[in-house]
Amino acid sequence: MKMKLPAMALSALMIASPVMADLVFPSLSYRTGPYAAGGIPFADGYADYFTLLNERDGGIGGVMTSVPECETAYNTEKGVECYESTKDSGALVYQPLSTGITYQLIPKTTADGIPMHTMGYGRTSAANGKVFSHTFNYPANYWNGASGAINYLLSQGDLSGKKVALVYHNSAYGKEPIRTLEELSKKHGYDLTLIPVDHPGQEQKSQWLQIRREKPDFVIMYGWGVMNQVAVQEAANVRFNMENFIGIWWSGSENDVLPAGDAANGYKAVTFHGVGDDFPVFDDIRKYVVDAGKAAGNGDQVGTVLYNRGLYAAMLAAEAAKTAQEIHGTADITAAMMRDGMEALEITEEKMAALGLPGFGPAFKVSCENHGGPGLVGMTQWDASAKKWTMISEFGPSDMDVIQPLIDEDSMAYAAENKIEAGCN
Amino acid sequence: MPEQLIYAMEVFLNGLMAGVLYALVALGFVLIFKASGIFNYAQGVMALFSALTLVGIMDGQVPFSHIINAVFGTEIHHFGWHVPALLAILLTMAVMVLFAWLVQRYIFKHLVGQEPIILFMATIGLAYFLEGVGDLMWGSEIKKLDVGLPQGINLPIETFTDGIFGYGFFIGNLDLVATAIAILLVAALVIFSQYSKEGRAMRAVADDHQAALSVGVSLNFIWIMVWSVAGFVALVAGIMWGTNSGVQFSLSLIALKALPVLMLGGFTSIPGAIVGGLIIGVGEKLFEFAIGPMVGGATENWFAYVLALIFLVFRPQGLFGEKIIERV
Repeated sequence: MKMKLPAMALSALMIASPVMADLVFPSLSYRTGPYAAGGIPFADGYADYFTLLNERDGGIGGVMTSVPECETAYNTEKGVECYESTKDSGALVYQPLSTGITYQLIPKTTADGIPMHTMGYGRTSAANGKVFSHTFNYPANYWNGASGAINYLLSQGDLSGKKVALVYHNSAYGKEPIRTLEELSKKHGYDLTLIPVDHPGQEQKSQWLQIRREKPDFVIMYGWGVMNQVAVQEAANVRFNMENFIGIWWSGSENDVLPAGDAANGYKAVTFHGVGDDFPVFDDIRKYVVDAGKAAGNGDQVGTVLYNRGLYAAMLAAEAAKTAQEIHGTADITAAMMRDGMEALEITEEKMAALGLPGFGPAFKVSCENHGGPGLVGMTQWDASAKKWTMISEFGPSDMDVIQPLIDEDSMAYAAENKIEAGCN
Repeated sequence: MPEQLIYAMEVFLNGLMAGVLYALVALGFVLIFKASGIFNYAQGVMALFSALTLVGIMDGQVPFSHIINAVFGTEIHHFGWHVPALLAILLTMAVMVLFAWLVQRYIFKHLVGQEPIILFMATIGLAYFLEGVGDLMWGSEIKKLDVGLPQGINLPIETFTDGIFGYGFFIGNLDLVATAIAILLVAALVIFSQYSKEGRAMRAVADDHQAALSVGVSLNFIWIMVWSVAGFVALVAGIMWGTNSGVQFSLSLIALKALPVLMLGGFTSIPGAIVGGLIIGVGEKLFEFAIGPMVGGATENWFAYVLALIFLVFRPQGLFGEKIIERV
């Protein structure tokens, strides 16, 4: 028996360990629970892109990829458990897919030397790479989104004296844009009204009665889950002009507008990536992944907003891995090398076109100082009759004159609190 | 009339309407607790499951299609038909009766005589099981529910109040329908429990299981009937809430809205659920309107519980709950 135990332990270890040659991109997904409708398409898009790389290109740099999924149910504790249970699998980068999980993982991933990518969510000031060495939030963050919404409104006319209401999920996530919108209100002269909605947001009568009474010119929404669908329906109920209702990208998927039917027509949402499936990469996704029966889901999410976001996140991870391979001259990269690749990532229009995603996202370059990218955002609008989102603006700059000082202030406060010496090596 | 007072009247009326919706959810809890002493944690999930089933039947969705396709390599998702809303509601009700039978046959029949906490724990397990089955049967995507209920603002009320106050009140058509249905539902439940043989048997079981058994009342039948009625109430609540938000898994969280109503109205009283719902609905909306802006808003969730707790200080059994007197 004494002889058998080590052998059994070794066998178990071999079974539990991944194939060492695989490039491991763990997916902290949520396919169950109240937010599953948002989690499933993202997870499908993320997994399908890596499957495409494996099937079409033989992986990245000749090394196959693997995407082990761990179910978080959008629960912070489960998310941390998922991280702890997968971090020793050779994980190259984490996408926590939750602001709550992100906040918990920032110190852990930094200590473990594993990079984390929080695209369009998480801690906004993580854009300061001098403080947050292992957290990246390119190409855009919450504050870029808020500024992008205001910039879009400015492009439609002067905001001086106008009333803008922010309807937000009463959580750390929902409160993120408040400071930015307050600063922008001083600059552009609009009156800002803050209207919080408690989780989960199934009941919003008070909030929309307030909007009906106060008649804001524009409503910006930072919602998630059922809050979005109810808000769009209530806006329709109180006959708020959908043209003047703008959601952040987490309030701008098909899920958010379809339940309201025709009443949602004209609703807008900020975005940092393309919409629809009119890109060559989707032909390959169908050919090599969906039609081959290798899709992560049942293949019906291809081209939806959140599927595209997952696919975009996977593409950026894959490109960072390629960059890391080039920098270090090896295909078998580690998490530390991946971090270097993310910090040296450059996305050009030519590269996007070559990947079958021409114009899908903005061109940008990451650096040690700037982990957040340029913060270019665009605007989409819902066409209820065609049941599709359409880009109605180019990817444009957000107001970094306002945002950068906020990033610096918040990140330096974090650095002081955690005794981090800010700087780039 | 001062502008703020007019607005407060509008908020008050909307609070009443919201209260009716809360009461609809609370009713399901009351029915089961009253008849069996079980606090049914799964009531919110029952609303979700029934609404999912309703949409699935209406749209001709093949249940468990993901599993069927994965196992047999098929690509079937829909039967290709669309079932009218009324027929779909009847079929869903049949499913909920089947569900009630299964729950009674395979769970609670084996737990008769157990401590209330054991029964409560069983309903927690049931809730998770039912949520998982709902996911497997019908999928996780958000589904539009349209059984023909009107949405949007009620124009006659808006015009009428505009003529009187110079400000048109917002009253939602869906809320008006929900109120009418809730009134009918409560009236039907009262008539059923007071005047039908089965209803009287239900009340007898609620009063004393042993005594009811001794005069030939079938506990098994009564419990299946009560769970079926609770399933019907859950279906009505699911339709009302699901019409507004789409049918999605967060629908199960509407149970949270029923808890302060139950605390306030009492766990054993149907009128208590209604009055409790109305008090909570009006109270939280008026508080949000008057005090919310001073404290940063979003007061409704916690204020409902504070209000219920204040009532509990003076009436621990709730407004209409039965006073428990234990003699040593």
